[in-house]
Amino acid sequence: MNSAKIDQIINKHNADAGSLIQILLEIQSENNWLPREALTRVSETLDVPMSRIRHITTFYKTFSLVPKGRHEVHVCTGTACHVRGAERVLEAVEDVTGVKAGETDPDLNFSIETVGCIGCCALGPVVVVDGEYHGNITPTEIADVLKTCACKSE
Amino acid sequence: MSEIVLQIDGKEVTAQEGTTILEAARSVGVAIPTLCDHEKLIPYGACRICTVEADVHGKTNLVAACLQPVENGLVVRTRTEQVDQARKIILEQMLAHAPDSEQLLELAQVYGANKDRFAKESNFCILCGLCVRYCDEVKKKNAVAFIERGAKREIVFIPDIAIRECWDCKECFPLCPTSALQAAYYLTEALMSPPVPSTPSCKGNCSK
Repeated sequence: MNSAKIDQIINKHNADAGSLIQILLEIQSENNWLPREALTRVSETLDVPMSRIRHITTFYKTFSLVPKGRHEVHVCTGTACHVRGAERVLEAVEDVTGVKAGETDPDLNFSIETVGCIGCCALGPVVVVDGEYHGNITPTEIADVLKTCACKSE
Repeated sequence: MSEIVLQIDGKEVTAQEGTTILEAARSVGVAIPTLCDHEKLIPYGACRICTVEADVHGKTNLVAACLQPVENGLVVRTRTEQVDQARKIILEQMLAHAPDSEQLLELAQVYGANKDRFAKESNFCILCGLCVRYCDEVKKKNAVAFIERGAKREIVFIPDIAIRECWDCKECFPLCPTSALQAAYYLTEALMSPPVPSTPSCKGNCSK
């Protein structure tokens, strides 16, 4: 991510320290993760100490301080999904992608996260792939979805 | 600023509006234990060891004396069974993190806290925030920060700032009620500097 783009985002918010989280969120959605140079730039321009930025970026799970994969996979392991077999779905996801929950592969193809509940328990088990919801999913079905994903990115 | 009359441990106390129970108690010589309190810092209410019992409008509550503002007609008791019990549990939980802290052990004696009550999770930090706040509010360097949240919350030195500022300051070291801060500093220092070559072992000259 170039510094011009970062400056553009900062200027959009008038370099206001009160908009720190909004600025970080925009950088995150633009770049998929928060590189150190971007944080330093934000810290200098907004006059917010790095300690506060570190505090905030480690507090919220939305922010990532390490590179994220092109495809973000969220496997719901909330109570309803759990009893409907989320465990096996997660195993299938880990098998197909070769990535463990909470990790990203070295080629930056997939990031796998488990999430608490995404609010559509009737659809359980649910997996969200790049913002698209897959409800009532079986291990075989999710494997197909992820294989299509992997083909697209190649 | 108007004057406020309240009662602490049966004594009539007059205090300025906007001051806290802790300040009012100190002005009449009533001792309330504190860990995260510091005269130069804004009250933070992290350690809760200053918990006291207060009656406001007929309701009895446990409140943190360092944060609770004084009110007219407030009745405060600093050593009831309930207060002692609360402080005892707080101490026992802190001792699970920092079992060797002298300051904590002294207080544990007073309140009969058992340092082995909870399973040890020795990260030596009780998250009082003294170092983080001192570096921010007094020194304005922000070299120490809180990261993560909940059970994973901890203090870290920001390496880029620490390497510039900390080596000749270290004013936060004596503030730490445990030894966590020094440990975190030396860890950062060790990670930032190349390893010192170890001293050559005895080359067969020793008596063995």
